[in-house]
Amino acid sequence: MKSNLIPALRLTLVCLVFFCGVYTLAVYGVAQLAPGKGEGFTVSANGKTHHINVGQTFKSDGYFWSRPSAVGYDAAGSGGSNHGPTNPDHLAEVQSRIDSFLVKNPGIDTSEIPADLVTASGSGLDPHISVQAARVQAKRIAAVRNISEDDVAQLIAKHTEAPLLELFGTERINVLKLNLALDNIKK
Amino acid sequence: MNTEILGVILMYITVMALAIPLGRYIGKVFNDERTWLDPIFNPLDKVFYILGGIDPDKGMNWKQHLWALLTINAFWFLISMFVLTNMSWLPLNPDGNPSMSPDLAFNTSVSFVTNTNLQHYSGETSLSYAGQLILMLWQFISAATGIAVCAMLFTAMKERTAEKLGNFYRFFVRTCTRILLPIAFIGAVILVFSGTPMTFEGKDTITTLEGEEQHVSRGPAAAFIPIKQLGTNGGGYYGPNSTNPMENPDYLTNILETVYIFLIPIALVFAMGYMLKRKKLALVVYGVMTVGFLCLVVPSIYFEMIGNPAIAEMGIDQSAGSMEGKEVRFGAAASAYWAINTTSTSNGSVNAMHDSMTPLTGMFAMLGMMINSFYGGVGVGFINFYVFIILAVFIGGLMVGRTPEFLGKKVEAKEVKIAMVIALLHPLMILGGTALASYLYVGSPEAYAGWLNNPGHHGFGEFLYEFCSASANNGSGFEGLGDNTPFWNIATGIVMMLGRYLPIIGPVAIAGMLAAKKYIPESAGTLKTDTSTFGILVFAVIAIVAALAFFPALTLGPLAEYFSLT
Repeated sequence: MKSNLIPALRLTLVCLVFFCGVYTLAVYGVAQLAPGKGEGFTVSANGKTHHINVGQTFKSDGYFWSRPSAVGYDAAGSGGSNHGPTNPDHLAEVQSRIDSFLVKNPGIDTSEIPADLVTASGSGLDPHISVQAARVQAKRIAAVRNISEDDVAQLIAKHTEAPLLELFGTERINVLKLNLALDNIKK
Repeated sequence: MNTEILGVILMYITVMALAIPLGRYIGKVFNDERTWLDPIFNPLDKVFYILGGIDPDKGMNWKQHLWALLTINAFWFLISMFVLTNMSWLPLNPDGNPSMSPDLAFNTSVSFVTNTNLQHYSGETSLSYAGQLILMLWQFISAATGIAVCAMLFTAMKERTAEKLGNFYRFFVRTCTRILLPIAFIGAVILVFSGTPMTFEGKDTITTLEGEEQHVSRGPAAAFIPIKQLGTNGGGYYGPNSTNPMENPDYLTNILETVYIFLIPIALVFAMGYMLKRKKLALVVYGVMTVGFLCLVVPSIYFEMIGNPAIAEMGIDQSAGSMEGKEVRFGAAASAYWAINTTSTSNGSVNAMHDSMTPLTGMFAMLGMMINSFYGGVGVGFINFYVFIILAVFIGGLMVGRTPEFLGKKVEAKEVKIAMVIALLHPLMILGGTALASYLYVGSPEAYAGWLNNPGHHGFGEFLYEFCSASANNGSGFEGLGDNTPFWNIATGIVMMLGRYLPIIGPVAIAGMLAAKKYIPESAGTLKTDTSTFGILVFAVIAIVAALAFFPALTLGPLAEYFSLT
């Protein structure tokens, strides 16, 4: 035991310097070559900077809504609801989301609402919605913005991100990018 | 075919394509054979040995291995306690986060030093960058500890009689530099180019399109995340782990991070085959692990993809699966696949909230932790499996009336006793802990009302999951549990410590004692261990000893919830 004390301490210090220092700075160095220089991917529009990968709250009727979030899209305190599938509070919450969606989107049937629009994501920062989640909002957007439903449908199609190599994973839409494009249509 | 399923298949094929050559490489590293990376790593290792004051050529017996391991782990715990309780004034704290309370720091330190990474805090608000980096250090070196012990175990399994079983520090350093460092670095490079932050700047503040203020947490995340996955650590940089779009930005990074979970656990099985020149034994072990994994993962993917019947009843289309707690960019299949990857190894990172998964997926995740050896944690997964092999050899020997032997060594009463105690320790801690928590909660439901985020069977599942996670050194959670309280911090801290060190000490003792015994060459009377018959026997032992012990508890939790739902 005693003969291990000094090597253990010294080896720990070597590892500390190497991994917290050398390795970390090496990764930091590589990050300076990456887009965004390791400070996150951003996009600028109308003098504002947005993080592309971080979802935002969209509540107004003229924008495509993002998914419900358990933390109100707080990117400094992300998290999910952690509600179980049988939790009565959770089910009541889902029902109330369905109800308020139907009120704001007249002419839509419940069966057209996809699950992701009435459930909260794990991070509370989900930047994406499913394609159906965008389509089901098209009517409202067209009416509020006074543009044709076809234009909205085209915009949705244009911003649909295919699965990786068109083969792996899900189809999805980045809500922020879609809404930025929506703002550009009007002008 | 469904692109979500294809994605899952791609992830498994990729991990196998990488794990087999990696296993060969790891075998060479521990056999001290030449590899093409020697010109870089020979000098680097030398620096570690000289500065660390280590003689890497000094042979150690199994007891010396254990003393070296326990001593160095004790230092890590002390350093970790110091940093976590003093973060507020230490450097690298741009967001001004506070120091941890002593009980939380105890839990977190034990958690990271034991390779568990149970997190009763949220990274964004509870850690400075110095805190994050010190935890990253434990992620590297606690993983190296497990792999170094496993390397000693493989050395002990060789066909000869030996007291000295290599040098702990040598295995440890070689694991750090030659295995973990290069693979983690490649992962970090891919992550920074995918948008994961790697900066020492504090939070970013932006104005959203609708004009609200949004703070975005950043930090040196890209260095942290690959080793979290690779070393079966699992502790997230951000609170919700790899669900967070900074921590896991897209489907490609999700493939990377998922592949990193299984990579080393599978590679170690093939490393064993290479080191012992027993490819068939490696295939039998791999086969048993894979069959077990498939039994858990296939139904989990199925249940997540068919969604939540209670929400379907409201008229909501469930074709995308159960989406509560999941991210659109991963989808239900990749989330369920990750859930079983992370729980059958002792990783514990998540890309979806396990608490919100459908009841049976939650159960299969728990079963993964209860068995804890279908691939298992880096190094320790194989060590757990070794215990089941010893038990199977013993039972098989009794069944056919032969002296139990494993790899030419007689397995006798002492070894079997140790193996049995270790195999039963895990259910004792999980079920005992859950019983204690349930007893306290039922005794004064008002005092402990903050514990449970969900009522009924699911709430019981939150207790059960937490103790599974602590005892299996997993680190994931049914995160609805209000776990940052003295009870949970201390109880799970103790369970994590016992669940880490006893299952290392026991098998190392068995292997050390067997290695010192006389080598008896295989004969016609030997019970062959590299056959599929023996594989089935091991599987049966795992099913009976590990899985069935938990059946009554699972009935009260997820099974009851499942039947209440349909």
